[in-house]
Amino acid sequence: MSNNWEMVIGLEVHAQLKTSSKLFSSSPNQFGSEPNENVNFIDSGMPGMLPVMNFGCIEMAIKTGYALNFKINKHSVFERKNYFYPDLPQGYQISQFEFPILSEGYINIDSGDNQKKIRIERAHLEQDAGKSIHDIDPKYSFIDLNRVGTPLLEIVSYPDLSSADEVINYMSSLRQLLMYIDVCDGNMQEGSLRADVNLSVRKKGQELGTRCEIKNLNSFKFIKQAIEYEFQRQINIIDCGGEIEQNTMLFDTSTGETRAMRSKEFSHDYRYFPDPDLLPVNLSQEQIDKIKPLVGELPQDKLNKYLNIYCLDKDIAKIIIAEKQNANLFEKMISESTVKPKFIAAWLVGDIFAFIKENNLEVISLNDKTKDITDLLRLISDDVISNKAGKEILPKVLNGEGKPSDLVKELGLEQVSDSGELEKIIDETLVGEEENILKFQGGSDRVLGYFVGKCLKATKGKGNPKLINKILLERLKK
Amino acid sequence: MKNSISQIKKALIEKKISVGELYDEYLAKAKSGNNNSFNLVIDKENNISSINDSQNRYDNGNPLPLDGIPLGIKDLFCTKGIRTTASSKILSNFIPNYESFVTQQLLNDGSIFIGKNNCDEFAMGSSNETSYFGPVINPWKNKNSQKDNLVPGGSSGGSAAAVAEGSCVASMGTDTGGSIRQPASLCGIVGLKPTFGSCSRWGIVAFASSLDQAGPLTNCVEDAAYILNSINKHDFNDSTSSNHQREDYLIDINNSFEKKIKIGIPSDYLEDVSDEILNQIDNTKKALSKHGIEFVDVEFKTTEYALSTYYILAPAEASSNLARYDGVRYGVREDGESLDDIYLNSRTKGFGDEVTRRILIGAYVLSAGYYDAYYRQAQKVRRLIKNDFQRILNEVDFILTPTTPNEAFKIGDKLDPISMYKNDIYTVPTSLAGLPGISIPSGLSKNGLPLGVQFIGNYFEEKTLLQLAALAEKELSFNE
Repeated sequence: MSNNWEMVIGLEVHAQLKTSSKLFSSSPNQFGSEPNENVNFIDSGMPGMLPVMNFGCIEMAIKTGYALNFKINKHSVFERKNYFYPDLPQGYQISQFEFPILSEGYINIDSGDNQKKIRIERAHLEQDAGKSIHDIDPKYSFIDLNRVGTPLLEIVSYPDLSSADEVINYMSSLRQLLMYIDVCDGNMQEGSLRADVNLSVRKKGQELGTRCEIKNLNSFKFIKQAIEYEFQRQINIIDCGGEIEQNTMLFDTSTGETRAMRSKEFSHDYRYFPDPDLLPVNLSQEQIDKIKPLVGELPQDKLNKYLNIYCLDKDIAKIIIAEKQNANLFEKMISESTVKPKFIAAWLVGDIFAFIKENNLEVISLNDKTKDITDLLRLISDDVISNKAGKEILPKVLNGEGKPSDLVKELGLEQVSDSGELEKIIDETLVGEEENILKFQGGSDRVLGYFVGKCLKATKGKGNPKLINKILLERLKK
Repeated sequence: MKNSISQIKKALIEKKISVGELYDEYLAKAKSGNNNSFNLVIDKENNISSINDSQNRYDNGNPLPLDGIPLGIKDLFCTKGIRTTASSKILSNFIPNYESFVTQQLLNDGSIFIGKNNCDEFAMGSSNETSYFGPVINPWKNKNSQKDNLVPGGSSGGSAAAVAEGSCVASMGTDTGGSIRQPASLCGIVGLKPTFGSCSRWGIVAFASSLDQAGPLTNCVEDAAYILNSINKHDFNDSTSSNHQREDYLIDINNSFEKKIKIGIPSDYLEDVSDEILNQIDNTKKALSKHGIEFVDVEFKTTEYALSTYYILAPAEASSNLARYDGVRYGVREDGESLDDIYLNSRTKGFGDEVTRRILIGAYVLSAGYYDAYYRQAQKVRRLIKNDFQRILNEVDFILTPTTPNEAFKIGDKLDPISMYKNDIYTVPTSLAGLPGISIPSGLSKNGLPLGVQFIGNYFEEKTLLQLAALAEKELSFNE
């Protein structure tokens, strides 16, 4: 019975920083290059090579500090974490250990209908390792050192998470924030954001159990699967009278199962000590303060603005805010036109996002079409064309097939809003409909819809439905 | 007397000798030398364009500061296209594709490298007996026991012996706990360890990063100033390189001091010292007193902890610095059944006993449960040692000590590591403090072997330190 059990989860999230060069070398920090293309003498651990800190990484860490409510430490120290592996050319990883750059932060996440505060113990800068490739040759392993030295910010939460959904919410909030402040591209498939999940189980109200760490999960789906599997695995062991061993686990994406990689007995002694090749990082208050304006508007700030100033519905506001590029597109449209934000928002999350999704486009690709889009929305909101005509024209506008006003003319979709003309059409439509008119006057509202449809048909869909409605009511009530 | 850099430059300017002839002369000595002071000697044809360029500059009347000067380079400096081994089997086939910052400065100033000097393996040793390429023999002989081969000191033993035997005009060494000063003393030459942070460590095979410092081994103090002028520069690529304003170390080197100088002699350094060593201090004191320099007794409170502190910190750093030598990307690889076997075999066979010993000590003092007791404690003591020096250097301008507790000893004489480590008792504290120290020859022992004294100055005070050493040198110089 898993009902009495609860899970306790802490997360270690590795975020790759979006710098142009690596943490301690001038090699390019980019994904997708040829193997071992972005490797210099420092990255490959040649004799006598020395690390030089990339200050851009410190600035990004400070930004993160502001966004995640951290205490930004003026004094932090890079240490060496010593272990042998072929994709770790120096024989040690440079990381922060005793003195991290950020400590004691938090973020608020959605948990059911409430907000929950998730405390974050620390965040520190460290180098990534390279990649070992074991499936090219049966006999040999291959090493790609491109990733060696890539700057990572490791964000370590307290064990404040208690369900897979909370973990997903926490991860997506982190991802959203890091992308907002432009320190991480958030691309989980490329490994820009990865999580180690520490999970233990306990009966409600009891002491913490022994935890297992599931390494290196790089999609929300896998995180959820891994947590659910591991939760059940631990409960089964305890239910059968067993004990949880403190293990490091791997998640097998093909079977959806976790399995032990190494037990605590075989855990490394990393022999951390301050890297004598690097000076401690000592920041002045001015250096820290200088970064604050670069943080920009965070999702929560935007949400408040969208609800209170733009009067959007919460759900729609959240959809727009989810990704910074959506919000940017939205705000660009607002700044360029006088169409009501709420009207723009409805079209954005509706037909415009649908178009993007169907055509597999990047939101950013619409940035140079915002003027055309808002021009179209203007035509719709001014009743120059109908909603339906707007939906017809939108894909053409987004495909860059022409100006909205030209397209309206070209396709003859201009709405008839001339009341004289409409009155004439309506009068003609009502001829021979005495029976239905009587029904209406007898209280059957449904007949109104029938008349509106008939009138629209008579205008070939170009009649302004609001106006038709108004005139019809006047006529029918006589 | 061997020729100094300024004498050689004068001869080159006056066309009494050509750059090529100069190179031939030293190369012949380097090749015929049977002291094993080089791991590799560079034939003239491999240096011919440098030699010709240098000669052209002399012919055009615009020679560079070290133009045409043949130098020996400790085999710890990476030299582009020239095998660099750190005197270790594991790097015995390694040819770097880059030039160390320091040697690049020397090349920029026109000097020509005659070869790579033998040294202790990864600079770990005080006698040059740990080299994979065999021990270096001190050119000096005990006059009472001529047949004995003596050690040149270490770890820059080959660099010291090469200068002493005359196979290069000057040489580059590195000093972690005395590796320039001690061999200079045992070979009767000058050895300068600059302040930590003066000369970039970029491209020098690392031993203990917080202590390693490059410096010259030369026939005279003025030559050391020539070399220091070239190599003492800020380097952006070494985070611990100081960016203070550098001075011209030659310009005032022969001038007398304008202000009254006070030198401290640490009484605690001289407690268990032989009369012969005490005499070196007394002679130096007498000689400099004539110049109005005042001497006072000072006392360190931390000296007895220095060696143990050093032998925790240096191996700790070394154990990590040497992790990259795994046979995977470069160097000698020994095959094995598994990855672990490749590591085990390559490193077991690739490193000698002393290096292995220090890696093990270093891994031990950093390991969980021992870190606080050893590494962290040693860091605290290091801080106290620095403070101790600072306290004394607030009272005096310089400190005078022996360089070594004894003269050069026989190869194979000191088998137990502790007695070997004790050879660095006077040089290690300075290294821990990061201060500059210079050893100059002060006299001969009863056995006719050279002995040296060490002057220690304040941080980045190399200019006055060299000035003082030059003054003492004039008074103390001995003839072979």
